[in-house]
Amino acid sequence: MEKAKEAIKENSMIIQKNMLAKQFHELSQARELGRKVVYTFVPGNLTELILSFDMVPVYPEINALQNGMRKKSGSYIKDAEKIGYSEDVCTYVKCDIGMMLNGNIGPTGEKLPPPDLLLLSYTGCFTFLKWFENLEKMYPGVPVAMLHTPYQEDGKIAPEQLSYMVRQLREEVIPKMEQVSGKKYDEARLKTMLKRSAEAEDLLVKILESAKNVPTPIDAYFAGVYYIGPIFTAFRGTADAVEYYTELWSEVQQRMKLGLGPVTPEGEIKEQKFRLVVEGPPNWTNFREFWKIFYDMGAVIVASSYTKVGGVYDMGFRHNPDEPLESLSKYCMGCYTNMNLPQRVSMLEGYVKEYKADGFLINSIKSCNSFSAGQLMIMREIEQRCSVPVGFIESDLVDPRYFSYANIKNRLESYFQMLEQRKAILTEI
Amino acid sequence: MNKYYLGIDLGSTTSKAVIINEKDEITGRGITNTRANYAVAADIAKDEAIYNARFSILKNNLKQEALAKPEYRKYISDLESVFQYEQFRVRLDRLGEELVKTCKSFFKEPEKQEEMLTHLRNIRKAFKPKIKHDYLYNNLGAKNQFFRDIVAEKYNEEVAKLDLHLFEPLMTVWDKSISPAENQKIEFNFRELVYKAMDELRQKYRDLPDTAPEVSVNFDAEMNLLKGNFDKVSDTLRKHIDEVVDLEFNITNMTGTGYGRALLPFPSECIRSEILCHAFGAHAVFPNTRTVLDIGGQDTKAIQVDKYGLVTSFQMNDRCAAGCGRYLGYIADEMSISLNELGPLAMKAEKEVNICSTCTVFAGAELRELTNLGEKRADILGGLHKAIIMRAMSLIARSGGVFNEFTFTGGVARNPAVIKYLTQLVKDNYGNNIVMNIHTDSIFMGALGGAMFARRNINVDLPTAKKIRESTTN
Repeated sequence: MEKAKEAIKENSMIIQKNMLAKQFHELSQARELGRKVVYTFVPGNLTELILSFDMVPVYPEINALQNGMRKKSGSYIKDAEKIGYSEDVCTYVKCDIGMMLNGNIGPTGEKLPPPDLLLLSYTGCFTFLKWFENLEKMYPGVPVAMLHTPYQEDGKIAPEQLSYMVRQLREEVIPKMEQVSGKKYDEARLKTMLKRSAEAEDLLVKILESAKNVPTPIDAYFAGVYYIGPIFTAFRGTADAVEYYTELWSEVQQRMKLGLGPVTPEGEIKEQKFRLVVEGPPNWTNFREFWKIFYDMGAVIVASSYTKVGGVYDMGFRHNPDEPLESLSKYCMGCYTNMNLPQRVSMLEGYVKEYKADGFLINSIKSCNSFSAGQLMIMREIEQRCSVPVGFIESDLVDPRYFSYANIKNRLESYFQMLEQRKAILTEI
Repeated sequence: MNKYYLGIDLGSTTSKAVIINEKDEITGRGITNTRANYAVAADIAKDEAIYNARFSILKNNLKQEALAKPEYRKYISDLESVFQYEQFRVRLDRLGEELVKTCKSFFKEPEKQEEMLTHLRNIRKAFKPKIKHDYLYNNLGAKNQFFRDIVAEKYNEEVAKLDLHLFEPLMTVWDKSISPAENQKIEFNFRELVYKAMDELRQKYRDLPDTAPEVSVNFDAEMNLLKGNFDKVSDTLRKHIDEVVDLEFNITNMTGTGYGRALLPFPSECIRSEILCHAFGAHAVFPNTRTVLDIGGQDTKAIQVDKYGLVTSFQMNDRCAAGCGRYLGYIADEMSISLNELGPLAMKAEKEVNICSTCTVFAGAELRELTNLGEKRADILGGLHKAIIMRAMSLIARSGGVFNEFTFTGGVARNPAVIKYLTQLVKDNYGNNIVMNIHTDSIFMGALGGAMFARRNINVDLPTAKKIRESTTN
């Protein structure tokens, strides 16, 4: 395997890197600075609300994926298995538990503070419930706030679901936050943040939708996971996030003006042979290798469901300062993994058509039930509705034992040749 | 000059080569076991396919004459068998040298060394005539058995006859010698070998007794065709044979596919995925194919193709190869029978013993346990074969199901019990109207697809598409 070279980075990437470094550094000093720490999850997160109480969020999935990318997850997972976690348990959970067993040293090497509040904004993933039950045992006595997000069983958000959510926020979440932070709920402050959220969200949608251009200036999956980083995590509602997305959008516009393709760790993709829509999270342990298989073969991802895991903004949703708690509730219920399968299928169908994709590919994740359930059905539906070749590969989030380079490359090579053959023949007939 | 195209399918267990002519007709086939040195495996398969192609061309050139004179056909197929024996003999000599070399480096003490060398010589003396006989009289060359397997079987037989204390040293010498011998690239001189084979054949017919011993009626009749007038036939055919010997064999283009394709010394545009090749081959042979199941050594593939032979989706086994060809190989080893005997034995099953098929190694343990419980071998094997097909059915379901027509390819498609259970389960799950295709060349489908890609150079010239183009423009 080739040794990783120094990646080529754009300005926005440097800004993001600094944002993350600053965030982890602040987290390491949270105790000294008297900041309260909230552990919570990415899909349907209440970042603005947390920040409005001057508390700082920690996202266990982000730590796990960062540890995966930094090749630390393998040994954490083994440590979790040593104390009894089964091989079949979600590897994000095991990586997180393993990290805590090893002194809770975060991905950047700085110590993470223990939680002052576990905010379980459960969204579409049953594992989240069990995950925080385990964290509660590891941090005895830590208060837990549970926000139960109803699933969009009927494919829409009903008024009673909305009022149920708002009531939980008012009666459960906010009082717990007031109690932990020692501060009163400040709606005016929350509104200011939500306004900034919507600004950044507008920019993100423009950026993601730039991939409708042929050729596309961005890769909406491998590069996309960087693009969604700040907005899906600790920075939504901050001025930093607005600044980051402003910079990123101007870079993308510049690339469109110059007719440039997506930037990869090895520079710009020169020839875009295939445009794909990808469903499912990426693999993090071998992220660069995985990406390289695609760009080496001229495959660009024009749209993906994973970049909607923290909000389907391109479907029109925006955080709204005029109805702060309602919009937080709608946000939670509207996340990709909280949508029912027919909704997901029609969203992906729309992507294949609107982004003029040549194919649809699923990366099925061993660990992730909330994504993997229904994927074969999704694949069949997309094949029938869009008449594009579909592909299916399997890997894992952060368990390096489940990334089989040879098998994945073999399947992807076959898939790309399949697309190539199809393109060639269809232009002939 | 005639143009020929080569497809090489470098699988995990076997390496296959197919040569086609400009009409997509299979002209030559070659197969060998895949080994550590992939390039050698590919070369052997390729050389075999070219030799086989020369014999096919010879047969084809004499097609008209052979109608009136069936002895011509007999002569040529006999000649090919003996030719294969001549190749075998060269390889056996190389193996002999390797065995002596290993023996000398392994047993330094002169007395011990001499003892072992004597045993080796005796073993070889004992089995060589048997193998020669099998080539000359029992058509061993046409049975697709590999050098390693043929010699190993006889070597083991001879070692088993010796004192038990010799087993380990002699098997060690074997283990250390077979791979280096097998990984040697041997350049054969076709002309020399054919002429040698002709001499050998002349000898065979000269030595034939006036009345053949107990052999089949058909065998007698065929032999008798040549027995009386061998020299005449040989002289008549000599010039045709010379023609084929002198034929400049021009491989215009080639494609490599299969698990080891990346290791083939081909330019990247000549390497294609085995999914596309299997589908293309199967679709070319059976143009109504919509679903292809390929069970190979370590992969099971369910492939859906459209009316043009284009792959629309595929599923492969991931993370585990239980239920593939290697699984059967392992079971055969566990039962101490040859791979070819597995299917026929399973056909004798009166019931199918329930076998958990999730792990090859555990299946071995299950097999021993069931034997202890008194289950019959045939019934256990029936269960095993059924279990393999159940796995394949699940993969097919993942890929979207069986659509009419259904074509089964890969090495495992030669196994009658696999076919039995597959037919049964396809009917049970997808109804009685599914047409199921299995070709005698099923193991060569990937190589055939590769050769067809090579003929088209780029993949835009599919015959079905052309037909459709013509019909739409007319």
